[in-house]
Amino acid sequence: MLKARIVAILIVKGEIVVQSINFKQFLPVGSPSIAVDYLNSWGVDEIAIIDIDATPGKRNPRFDHISEYSKYCQVPLSVGGGIKNVDDIKRAVHIGADKVVINTAAVKYPRLISESAGLFGNQCIIVSMDVRKVSKKKYEVYINSGNVSTGYSPADLAKRSEELGAGEILLTSIDRDGTKKGYDLELIGQVLNVVNIPVIACGGVGHPQHFLDAINMGVSAVAAANFYHYSEHSVTTIKSYLKAAGANIRLDSYATYNEFAFDRLGRPRKKDDIFLEKLHVEYIPEEII
Amino acid sequence: MIVIIDCGIGNVGSVAHALEYLGGKYFISGNRKDFESADALVLPGVGAFPAGMKNLREFGLVDEMEKQVLINKKPFMGICLGMQLLASDSTEGGFNTGLGWIEGHVISLSPEGNLRVPHVGWNDVKFDRSSCFSHNIDENAHFYFDHSFHLQCDKSLAIATCEYGGTLVAAIQRENIFATQFHPEKSQRNGLKVLRNFLNFVGKH
Repeated sequence: MLKARIVAILIVKGEIVVQSINFKQFLPVGSPSIAVDYLNSWGVDEIAIIDIDATPGKRNPRFDHISEYSKYCQVPLSVGGGIKNVDDIKRAVHIGADKVVINTAAVKYPRLISESAGLFGNQCIIVSMDVRKVSKKKYEVYINSGNVSTGYSPADLAKRSEELGAGEILLTSIDRDGTKKGYDLELIGQVLNVVNIPVIACGGVGHPQHFLDAINMGVSAVAAANFYHYSEHSVTTIKSYLKAAGANIRLDSYATYNEFAFDRLGRPRKKDDIFLEKLHVEYIPEEII
Repeated sequence: MIVIIDCGIGNVGSVAHALEYLGGKYFISGNRKDFESADALVLPGVGAFPAGMKNLREFGLVDEMEKQVLINKKPFMGICLGMQLLASDSTEGGFNTGLGWIEGHVISLSPEGNLRVPHVGWNDVKFDRSSCFSHNIDENAHFYFDHSFHLQCDKSLAIATCEYGGTLVAAIQRENIFATQFHPEKSQRNGLKVLRNFLNFVGKH
């Protein structure tokens, strides 16, 4: 049975991974290569690296960096930021990307979606939509790293992108970005209802339960960025929480955090003293493939 | 030396990185002259069927691939589109003929139960345990899939299957030809084990 995917998004600004808050404030985290290496070994299901400076800076994607990140990535790698023509996609896929994320270009040059899907197949093309709530019930898609309004409703753009040949929709709430309040489930519902391609939810995760909320709505993948930083084995502990809650996910890593209890913030709880007293160290040699 | 066939599309970089991790010697090439000295050929996926076939023909690779794989019987591995191209034909982007090494048809996915298409993500794969490609791999191990079309062929060729609104062919083998619908280069340890099994297959050949 197909598993719901736990996706890590790495927002790259300058040449480092940052945490983004409402697309306005950015906190430095560290090297993208190290982040990819860690997330990969913690058993993440997919990694997307988005270079948020490329389009506003009218710059090409940094292909040499993509190749470097890819060396550490044994899970699917999607790359976005500054991709505006078929040659960019060809180059990215050739040097280590498996899929591409198109945001601004998907709105400005809709033909790029159909042309690239014709060459690389629709499964290779992820259309990313950054969405802002503009009134009580109304949402609007923004491009150029959230700076320029398009007039499109997310449902309309998602539907149009699917018709043109997009293989997945990456749906990000700008309002929830970095707030830890959970996904905008109303927004997710609007898009899920109108397309038959997989939808990846993004923006606002602050607790493993938030992943579960979106999975239960029917998204194919749940993404977060900031939530993975600053804690060891973050992906593994999140997956352990989801598995305990009955979600259909993949938990294949060496450490599984099975039989751990979780505190109210969703972190593994310290085992009781009697358990720790009896604890002994077991050496599990790394499997040689 | 394994030649990773570069037909202009395809995630050759990812396949190269996975082989490098395993210590396999490889060479990326879209030049037919390099196929003669190769011990084995790998045809990576990511791409649309008509574009893949068109490029193989335009680059003049089809004859040379057939010589090395069908006549010289060198080990061959196709991944995703690299498996689908082996079929007789495909309906992706209109009707197109394929390499025809495997009798079978590539048709669009239409899973039961309104499941979303493309079939993207990690799914359980059931291997034929007698196949050398299943060596060291757990029952129902997870592999990464990403496709909108799938291969329909004789059951005797399928050495692995998965379930997505019906049973799909996940891997095939006929003599020296091996191919997977999933992406072993992107399926962490399970995928690397499949690639290791292929390297061992090449070594024994």
